[in-house]
Amino acid sequence: MTKVFPSAAAALDGQVKDGMLIAAGGFGLCGIPELLIAALRDSGVKGLVVASNNAGVDGFGLGQLLETRQVKKMISSYVGENAEFMRQYLSGELELEFNPQGTLAERMRAGGAGIPGFYTRTGVGTVIAEGKEHHDFDGQTYILERGIVADLAIVKAWKADPSGNLVFRKTARNFNVPAATCGKVCVAEVEEIVPLGSLDPDTIHLPGIYVHRIVQGPHEKRIEQRTVRKKESV
Amino acid sequence: MWDRNQIAARAAKELQDGTYVNLGIGIPTLVANYIPPGVHVTLQSENGMLGMGPFPLEGEEDPDLINAGKQTITELPQTAYFDSATSFAMIRGGKIAMAILGAMEVSEDGDLANWMIPGKLVKGMGGAMDLVAGVGRVVVVMDHTSKHGESKVLKACTLPLTGKRVVSRIITNLGVLDVVPGGLRIVELADGVTEAELRTATEATIAS
Repeated sequence: MTKVFPSAAAALDGQVKDGMLIAAGGFGLCGIPELLIAALRDSGVKGLVVASNNAGVDGFGLGQLLETRQVKKMISSYVGENAEFMRQYLSGELELEFNPQGTLAERMRAGGAGIPGFYTRTGVGTVIAEGKEHHDFDGQTYILERGIVADLAIVKAWKADPSGNLVFRKTARNFNVPAATCGKVCVAEVEEIVPLGSLDPDTIHLPGIYVHRIVQGPHEKRIEQRTVRKKESV
Repeated sequence: MWDRNQIAARAAKELQDGTYVNLGIGIPTLVANYIPPGVHVTLQSENGMLGMGPFPLEGEEDPDLINAGKQTITELPQTAYFDSATSFAMIRGGKIAMAILGAMEVSEDGDLANWMIPGKLVKGMGGAMDLVAGVGRVVVVMDHTSKHGESKVLKACTLPLTGKRVVSRIITNLGVLDVVPGGLRIVELADGVTEAELRTATEATIAS
C-alpha cells in the first residue's frame, strides 16, 4: 500500500468530515500546508475546528477557509495578521480559543504521545487559567492543560521518502512536528519525494510512523514580512 | 527622554555574556542592534531557532527562515533549528536566561499586560505567557505613558494579564525602574528627565 498520492485532493479523499478537528502545522505563513488547505477549501467541508498557531493572512493559508466560512472555531495563540479573522471573531461569527503558544505546542505533543493532560505554569493568574484545575508542586502553582488528539493533521515538510519519513528545513519545522504526531491521520505535503534510502536515517526529523499520506508540491511559499538590510558599499 | 532606539540601547546593557535570550516583537527586536562589544548572547526565536542572525541582504530572503515577528532573517555558524514543542520546552524549562518584552501596561507588583484590549484589539498572547512563566528574568521595554498622557506604569493593570508578578525591570522613555517589595524603585533617569517628571508620569507606588 503506497503512502504517495497524486494530488492534495486525492490525499484528503475519505478523510474529511464536517465538524472535524484538524491540527495544522506552520508559523505565520512559514511551513504551512498550503496545498492541503486549498484542497480543504475546494472540498466544501464545513464546521471545522482548527488547531493552528496562526490563521494565515487574508486570502492565503487558513485565511482562505475563513473567507468561505468553513471554520467554526480556531484554537490559536496569535491572530493579529488577519483582518477577516478579527472581524468574524468580534462579530461573534467565529469561535476562538486562545492558547499560549507553548501550551498549544505541548497540547499537540502530549496528545500524540498518549498523555491526556499536563501541568504548566504558563497562564497562572490570567484568564487562561479560569476554570482549569490548579495544583501546587514544590511551592509553585500550575494549571492542568489537556492533550489534543485531532481527527486529521495537515503538515508541510521539505522532503519525504515513500515510507513517510520527513525532513524539514530551517524554521519551517515549527508546529509541523507536534501537529503531525497528534493526528489520528496525518497527511503531509512536501517539496520533494526522494527515493527510499536517500535520506540519512540519522537526520530524519519525523519518522514515517506518524505520516499516513504524502503529496508533492509545487509550493508558493509566500513571505509575510520581507525584511532586508542594505549591502554595505565596499 | 529616550526614543525607541535609545530605550533599546539601554535594554541591551541588561544582556549578560554567554547567555541565551529571547527578544519580543517591536522595540525588543531593536535591542539586537545594540549588543555591547564583548558581550556574546545567543538569541532564541520562539518559532524554532537558536542563534538568530541579522536581516538578509536583498535577494537572499528565504521563506523558510523567519523570526517570531514573521520577518525574514539569517542563520549564524552556531544556529540550531527545532520544532515548536522543543522551543517552548526550553522556555518553560528555564533554559533561557532573560526575555525582553513589550508591554501595554505594567504594575508595581510586576504584573504584565501585553496581549489584548477587550472589544478592540484581539491579537493573542503568542509565546508571551510561556516566556514570562519560564524565563529567568523578564525586562519590559515600553513608553511610560499613553498617547493621551496617561500612565502605563500602574498600581494594578486594567487589561487582561499576560503574567502575574513576572517583571523584574521596566525600561521606558523616561528611565529605568525595578520591581521591589512595596512598589517600584527608580534605578536611572533618561537623559533630560527629572525625578519629579518620572514620578508624575508614574501611577504606581515608588518605594523610596
